[in-house]
Amino acid sequence: MSQKMALVLFSGTADKLQAAATMVSGAAAMGVETHVFLTFWGLNAFRKDMAVEPLPMSADYGAEGEMVAKLMHEKQVPSWFDVMQMAADVGDVKVHACAMTMNLLDIERDDLVEMVEDVIGVATFVGLTEDANVLFI
Amino acid sequence: MSIAVDREIDARGSFCPGPLMELIRAIREGAVGDTMAVLSGDPGSRTDIPAWVQKAGHTLQGVEDLEDYSRFVVEKAR
Repeated sequence: MSQKMALVLFSGTADKLQAAATMVSGAAAMGVETHVFLTFWGLNAFRKDMAVEPLPMSADYGAEGEMVAKLMHEKQVPSWFDVMQMAADVGDVKVHACAMTMNLLDIERDDLVEMVEDVIGVATFVGLTEDANVLFI
Repeated sequence: MSIAVDREIDARGSFCPGPLMELIRAIREGAVGDTMAVLSGDPGSRTDIPAWVQKAGHTLQGVEDLEDYSRFVVEKAR
């Protein structure tokens, strides 16, 4: 088993963020060094003003997505943000912001939640994770 | 009869991987030789908790399957 995991987090909907956060927490629990690269909608979700709001489900699944959102609420599934925070508390999780997306969306470092460790370019991320398993969500 | 432990964590109602994360925190807070039990209704725990215990080098003393949850007893070994 690789001792590193790389996750490119592109999506900003609640369902995909939940899946991403759960994968990260599994890796963190198993002692795997985990690097998350936030880009596009994934980075947008880590803005301080976004992370406090419930985000919509992916439109890909229509009414079924809404039904799952209702079930997650009823069963008190912890938010993706809390799951990610818990993973970062327990394990070796490094969250990186994509410099290009920061520039594109006019996001400043101070706009992002504390969990984000740094702002890096994609080549730096690839260098950090060249021996890792890579996931794209 | 249930195995007696130093600390019991009730993580029933907590979702994957919540019970495992709660166990990890409790193990970190405890002393070597302490035993802990975690109660979980999450079916993922059935594989995840033993896998973590082995990987982290602790001892799984037992798993008790109760009505709609399981009780995992772990000794902090290091």
